[in-house]
Amino acid sequence: MHYSPAPLHIPDGFLSAAVAIVGWALAIAAIAYALRQTRGQLGGKQIPLMGVLAAFIFAAQSINVPVGGGTSGHLLGGVLAAIILGPWAAVLIMASVVGVQAILFQDGGITALGFNIINMGVITAFTGHFVYQQLKKILGDSRNSMLIAGAVGGWLSMMIGAVAAGIELAISGTSPLNVAVPAMAIVHAVLGIIEAVITVGALAFIYSARRDLLAIGESAPAQTSAAWVGVGLALALVVAAFSPLASPDPDGLEKVAAQYNFLNKAAAPLYNLLPNYTIPFIANEVVGGILAVALGTLIVFSVVFLIGRAQKRANA
Amino acid sequence: MIHIHLADQYKSGSSLIHGLDPRIKIIGTILFIVAATVLPFGAWLPYALLWLGSLAVALLSRLGWSYALKRSFVALPFALAAITLPFTIVGQPIAQIGSLTISAEGSVRFLSILIKSWVSVQIAMMLPATTRFADLLWAMRELRIPKPLVGIVSFMYRYLFVFADEALRLLRARAARSATIDNKGGGSLWWRGKIAGGMVGNLTLRAFERSERIYDAMISRGFQDEIKILAPPRLTNHDLIILFVWIIYLASVLLIRFI
Repeated sequence: MHYSPAPLHIPDGFLSAAVAIVGWALAIAAIAYALRQTRGQLGGKQIPLMGVLAAFIFAAQSINVPVGGGTSGHLLGGVLAAIILGPWAAVLIMASVVGVQAILFQDGGITALGFNIINMGVITAFTGHFVYQQLKKILGDSRNSMLIAGAVGGWLSMMIGAVAAGIELAISGTSPLNVAVPAMAIVHAVLGIIEAVITVGALAFIYSARRDLLAIGESAPAQTSAAWVGVGLALALVVAAFSPLASPDPDGLEKVAAQYNFLNKAAAPLYNLLPNYTIPFIANEVVGGILAVALGTLIVFSVVFLIGRAQKRANA
Repeated sequence: MIHIHLADQYKSGSSLIHGLDPRIKIIGTILFIVAATVLPFGAWLPYALLWLGSLAVALLSRLGWSYALKRSFVALPFALAAITLPFTIVGQPIAQIGSLTISAEGSVRFLSILIKSWVSVQIAMMLPATTRFADLLWAMRELRIPKPLVGIVSFMYRYLFVFADEALRLLRARAARSATIDNKGGGSLWWRGKIAGGMVGNLTLRAFERSERIYDAMISRGFQDEIKILAPPRLTNHDLIILFVWIIYLASVLLIRFI
């Protein structure tokens, strides 16, 4: 079986000790809360069902889509798990998958495991599930709206997970923010399409074969708290993206920022920030475009949320 | 039929490392990787000492130095994430490529990250290679990882290879149906994706139905919603002495740098 690691698995050595500790703290909190939530949701089935589904996600990651030229892409699975079983269950499933990949196959590091679980488990599950639910509310309850919601959720979850990984690498001083974030974003804009297509294919199959399974995720606990976690993640992302500018530490990022005149440009209006962005070997337009993608992702995310809120209020 | 990469990582043997208590091995591995993480950039001598330590573990496990080395490059593709550092960190210029300046500080940081990652992988792979996964799970439980989580991971491991084989059969069936010429198959990307998605959906249903059967079988054997684990063997003095020596070694590696 061909097992190709996703570029989201951060190895040891690429995150600084402080960043690694924050990641572990976040991951432990998320897992502890997820254990309580799923216990209430699934009872005695919790262990066998999640264990078997974790094994399934691991195996499903080996089902590849030939993209051409001998290369292929594959599923990450966080969104699919979240749509089927709800976000908290998906957190546990993905944490198990990512944990076993780190321990058995050294795919992702031990110190980096905390943020790997956050990026690939928590962020993908919550953004994917949240976007899926909101879009379904907007588009109505049909097969096509479900598939569209799954596709958008799949793509966005990869993008946000990747941007988060880029930010973590930048804060660790492993890569400058203006390189790490656009690079992760552009790679995962493509991988996200594959994630979206496979998720849609899987949903379509399940919809025609056993529609009842899709109801489990709908009635998963903590829908509202899931929405809040989604909002919190989006906010955290924005804050994290701009926090290096306010960092009192003159080392690393700020040196880079100073070198590229980042601080001056950040003070200028936002629309000036993108076109003037320069790094030595990437053309202006490319970087601007990628950053626009990242920003656009956040904007789409917020718009979807606001419309969903309005819709909900109108229904109430 | 399972690819070598997905096969069980355990290499049976009788050595000092194989015989160590799994709890000690987990703690020792984590301490080593934490030590590598907290070392500052450019600490070449401590890096070398850490590598010697990982080499010593490989030799003591009788898997040989080449075992760890062979698979130690698994994390290397990720180096791409840090490759811009020599150009973006401001410092003493050491070379010029076109309009790009390579700085000494940036190069030091890039090399340091690479070495830290490479050394960490070499020690991390010794853990599953010298410890049965069942023992690792037991040790995780002993180290206060929540019971349901250990339960989920143990079920995952139990069915990992079952589903890997199921996925493999699906892949083989698809390959058998799909003629390719010069690595070029038919259909659009969308169509291929839908096929792969259908396979994943198929696997989802098999997973669900299997989990139902497993749960029913567990209930009928008296499962009461909780995984029980047998009483632990006691830690021997021998295990504790080895952990102590390991901690002294790691502490001195850190001290060399920080004094």
